[in-house]
Amino acid sequence: MQSYSALNLFRRGLGGHKSWTRAWRDPAPKSHYDVIIIGGGGHGLATAYYLAKVHGIKNVAVLERGWIGGGNTGRNTTIVRSNYRQPALHNLFEFSLKLWEGMSDDLNYNVMFSQRGALFLGHSDSDMIRLAERGDAMRCMGIDAELMSKAQLRKLIPLLDMSDEARFPVVGGLIQPRGGTARHDAVAWGYARAADALGVDVIQNCEVTGMDIRGGKIVGVKTTKGDIGADRVGICVAGNSGQVAAMADLRLPIESHLLQAFVSEPVKPMIDTVIMSQSIHCYISQSDKGEIVLGGDPDMYPTYSQRGRPDRIEEVAGQAIALIPALSRLRMLRSWAGTTDMSFDGSPIIGKTPVDELYLNGGWCYGGFKATPGSGWLYAHTLAKGEPHALNAPFRLDRFETGATIDETGAGPMPHHR
Amino acid sequence: MLLIHCPHCGPRAQAEFVFERPLESIIQIDEALPDLIPKLYSRVNPKGPSWELWRHTYGCQSWLKLHRDTHNHTIHAVLEIGQTPEGGDA
Ligand SMILES: Cc1cc2nc3c(=O)[nH]c(=O)nc-3n(C[C@H](O)[C@H](O)[C@H](O)COP(=O)(O)OP(=O)(O)OC[C@H]3O[C@@H](n4cnc5c(N)ncnc54)[C@H](O)[C@@H]3O)c2cc1C
Ligand SMILES: [Zn+2]
Repeated sequence: MQSYSALNLFRRGLGGHKSWTRAWRDPAPKSHYDVIIIGGGGHGLATAYYLAKVHGIKNVAVLERGWIGGGNTGRNTTIVRSNYRQPALHNLFEFSLKLWEGMSDDLNYNVMFSQRGALFLGHSDSDMIRLAERGDAMRCMGIDAELMSKAQLRKLIPLLDMSDEARFPVVGGLIQPRGGTARHDAVAWGYARAADALGVDVIQNCEVTGMDIRGGKIVGVKTTKGDIGADRVGICVAGNSGQVAAMADLRLPIESHLLQAFVSEPVKPMIDTVIMSQSIHCYISQSDKGEIVLGGDPDMYPTYSQRGRPDRIEEVAGQAIALIPALSRLRMLRSWAGTTDMSFDGSPIIGKTPVDELYLNGGWCYGGFKATPGSGWLYAHTLAKGEPHALNAPFRLDRFETGATIDETGAGPMPHHR
Repeated sequence: MLLIHCPHCGPRAQAEFVFERPLESIIQIDEALPDLIPKLYSRVNPKGPSWELWRHTYGCQSWLKLHRDTHNHTIHAVLEIGQTPEGGDA
């Protein structure tokens, strides 16, 4: 692997940058692998990387039906944080956040992880009580969280509408200073390059179309590039979890919904933290290119179309402008949607399935980007050992039937946030 | 956005409707436990035609049965509760 460094950039620059080689190979599939990962998003690629790096399992393929990172990895609003209230969740996301902090060095790839702070606004006394509870729960586990007063917020984000007449009056907030954003494509590319260097085959344009299951055990997959054998198979396909699991006759506690994102034209730096809210579902950040990135509620009905409903644009823009009136002057540049796998308690699933040697990583709803390194690390552990790690043990598939759901919002047996 | 033809109100924007659940996941009041758990927690989640329960919440408020394609957004049928499609079951 050619290392990326200032010195190398300079040296190769002298030759007009002509000597750079491709960042990862483009191999044809072998007939058999120790482990096959279905899905070349950030989670699948990270899993392959940690299988090779941490567990020495290098005869691994990542099968991606399109191009790597073309799913939700390349569509999300890139917010990274670990500010959850329930222990199983904040332990998982904090483990992941710690991996984010070393990721660029570990991968020798700049993922532009920017710890600019992840802020939740409170709009009422009850919001502030819930934020304080959440902050306490986090601090008990050694995770950073600070309650913010109105005066502190005014200083942090001068453009916020702090007036009493505001549509969503701001009374305070909770910030996780170590939260922030990262460059989504770079995460996919960085993991692919580092996994490839350790011997992993990253195979694009290779859709898994069926599973070869004999006597209750998976022995391989059928793909658009032929049949491929495997000792172990890990599903990691985000919004398509239900479709791929159906190839093994499994039904999952998942509905596939859409989540949209919106970006404005680029402007000079105006918002240098990530703004979210305890009461309304609107989140705002500014990308390194200067675009204002907005997100909101999912589209609230099952669809795989990746075409968002337009009334959501009005809703999200209305909320964002209410919080930061200066945004009303911007033009919206683009919007898009990704199909997310909404689980029935809002928490992910990482573990075994009823089919021997077939594993599942999915159900990340619209919050899985932040989990990319942690999810990959823990899924690799689970695939290597055949048993979950303590951190992902609570996120088992059979928790729904045993009543051990992990329901952060107390929403009950419905796809998250409906 | 979908254009849904409510049998009572005519063509209306999706913004007036709320999706509830697939018809097969409707829970009877005296549902037996072994049937209850899968209906509560598991879904076929089809990519293609699906029979679903919707409600015209911000219109006439009636519950409706939709036969809808989750991939290309075609709506094949909108029926009142109690109505069954010709030749089919729902
Ligand atoms: C608009 C939007 C905003 C979001 N914002 C945030 C955020 O701010 N913070 C956050 O933490 N999370 C966010 N998320 C959620 C996050 O993007 C996802 O949870 C996460 O990217 C899932 O990771 P992944 O690697 O599994 O998914 P993906 O990148 O979707 O990877 C799955 C891959 O599987 C492939 N695949 C599917 N079927 C097959 C098959 N049969 N054979 C082979 N390959 C197949 C797909 O092509 C895809 O590339 C957001 C999501 C969306 C859509
Ligand atoms: Zn009606």
